[in-house]
Amino acid sequence: MDLRKTEENIFKGLMIASTLAIALCTGLILVTIFVKGFSALSIDMITQTPKGGFYLGKEGGILNAIAGSLYLASGATFLSFCMSMPVVVYMNVYAKRNSGFVSLVRFFLDIMSGIPSIVYGAFGFSIMLLLGLRASLLLGIISVAILIFPLMCRAIDEIFKMIPDELGDVSYSLGATKFETGFKVLVRQAMPGISTAILLSFGRAIGDAATVLFTAGFTDSLPGSLLRPIATLPLAVFFQLGTPVAEVKERAYASALILTIIVLAISIIARFLCRKFTVHIIK
Amino acid sequence: MDLKSHISVKNLNVYYGAEHALKNINIDIPDRRITAIIGPSGCGKSTLLKSFNRLVDSIEGVKVTGEVSVDGENIYGPDVEITHIRKKMGLLSQRPFPLPMSIYDNVAYGPRIHGTKNRKVLDETVEKYLKIAHLWDEVKNRLNKPASKLSIGQQQRLCLARGLAVEPEIILGDEPTSALDPKSSRAIEERFMELKNDYTIVIVTHILRQAKRLADYVVFLYLGELIEHGPAREIFENPKEEMTKEYIKGIIS
Ligand SMILES: Nc1ncnc2c1ncn2[C@@H]1O[C@H](COP(=O)(O)OP(=O)(O)OP(=O)(O)O)[C@@H](O)[C@H]1O
Ligand SMILES: [Mg+2]
Repeated sequence: MDLRKTEENIFKGLMIASTLAIALCTGLILVTIFVKGFSALSIDMITQTPKGGFYLGKEGGILNAIAGSLYLASGATFLSFCMSMPVVVYMNVYAKRNSGFVSLVRFFLDIMSGIPSIVYGAFGFSIMLLLGLRASLLLGIISVAILIFPLMCRAIDEIFKMIPDELGDVSYSLGATKFETGFKVLVRQAMPGISTAILLSFGRAIGDAATVLFTAGFTDSLPGSLLRPIATLPLAVFFQLGTPVAEVKERAYASALILTIIVLAISIIARFLCRKFTVHIIK
Repeated sequence: MDLKSHISVKNLNVYYGAEHALKNINIDIPDRRITAIIGPSGCGKSTLLKSFNRLVDSIEGVKVTGEVSVDGENIYGPDVEITHIRKKMGLLSQRPFPLPMSIYDNVAYGPRIHGTKNRKVLDETVEKYLKIAHLWDEVKNRLNKPASKLSIGQQQRLCLARGLAVEPEIILGDEPTSALDPKSSRAIEERFMELKNDYTIVIVTHILRQAKRLADYVVFLYLGELIEHGPAREIFENPKEEMTKEYIKGIIS
């Protein structure tokens, strides 16, 4: 009896310790960027593009990177979603249950999501060279979409896997086709999970630096065309952090703070939307 | 009893991979009667029921041989329209599964996918079948509320209304009362008794008393084999096979 109680306490202790460790790390990161970046945060930072001498500590802001990142992440998330849904619906609705082919696809997706993002960047870059293209918003969107595709696909797939078979059977037994069952019934049931998966992927897309380094390039102007390079927040952080000027370094932290706030805001909005989607869910 | 057959099963075999779940089944399910499929757990009752609307062959590795004819058409034939076959049958499962939408949309789902768009027609259909399922009075003021908020007993009646709304000829029930409280179970049984004049009803049940109360015709399965089938009175009062006798007395279960 005592032994079991000790065991229970040990595991409880471990759980509390790891929760605290994670909370502490998150807290420290937030405090660091807040303390180091808050003083450099100004209205100019979010409403201006870099002016002459911005990287030497003169005036201007990072609106170019904010806008660029939002365009890029939204575009990539959208593109990746358009690629993921058919794959997920195929795996969970069209393919037979417990199909070996589907397990193989899942296996490859898992491998793909383990590949470091710099590899996707390098891959995109070599294709770019091969076709003689220049870095642009479009190429950035495509590369990042490929980067987040396996993550999004598997996240949505796991949601679909959790839906009991009976729910699909109900729809089939009423004479529904696979298409109707997939898109009118199962997608609704999976809605909260799908919105979480989109959010997760968006976070990954907006935060990635390595993929966009070669494929989207960098520029001081606002995004204007799909075929021109754009600036992104992670690269703005990277470049500013690399200068010896103290003010610019501070701005790097301010940029990181802005990036964090954007991701946070999107999580909160998504939570809110998620609640709207759960009303009809069958438990 | 002279019974017209509605579903006719010939030499039906179902395999889950290497497992031979149904062994050479031959039966005729009588038209506009309640047929009860009884037998111990794992004997293949659900498998037999699902082979009537071809839900079995959506599982990888399932092999089906033989014939199941509904209204004389072999549903395992090469050019059958599967959605058309399924539309002829309503299914009630062990646990009610409402669709993730409102009460109204649950009942309207079937008619909508089969092409009914007119709002007035849909309203009438929804009301009609909710009334037949004796659910209308309880939900008429909250048709747009989520179906998941109903009690389990109400959900099962909703599933019945939803199945009836596609105007099937056959109602299949896989232990449709086993998740319900006694009052809700009785409600479902009463609906079956009312509906049997217009529909062919096939239910799987574990409860012998329920089979006695409802069934006109009984099918007894044991380890994937059809042991005995016939009019309910004969099976319960005068079973021919030793195994059936033992099952009915509760010796094997
Ligand atoms: N999806 C499946 N894959 C593999 N084997 C299965 C599957 N479904 C059922 N079986 C097997 O087929 C046999 C018949 O199962 P079935 O579900 O038809 O039995 P049942 O009579 O409905 O049992 P119960 O009364 O417990 O519901 C069982 O031996 C079962 O293990
Ligand atoms: Mg069963």
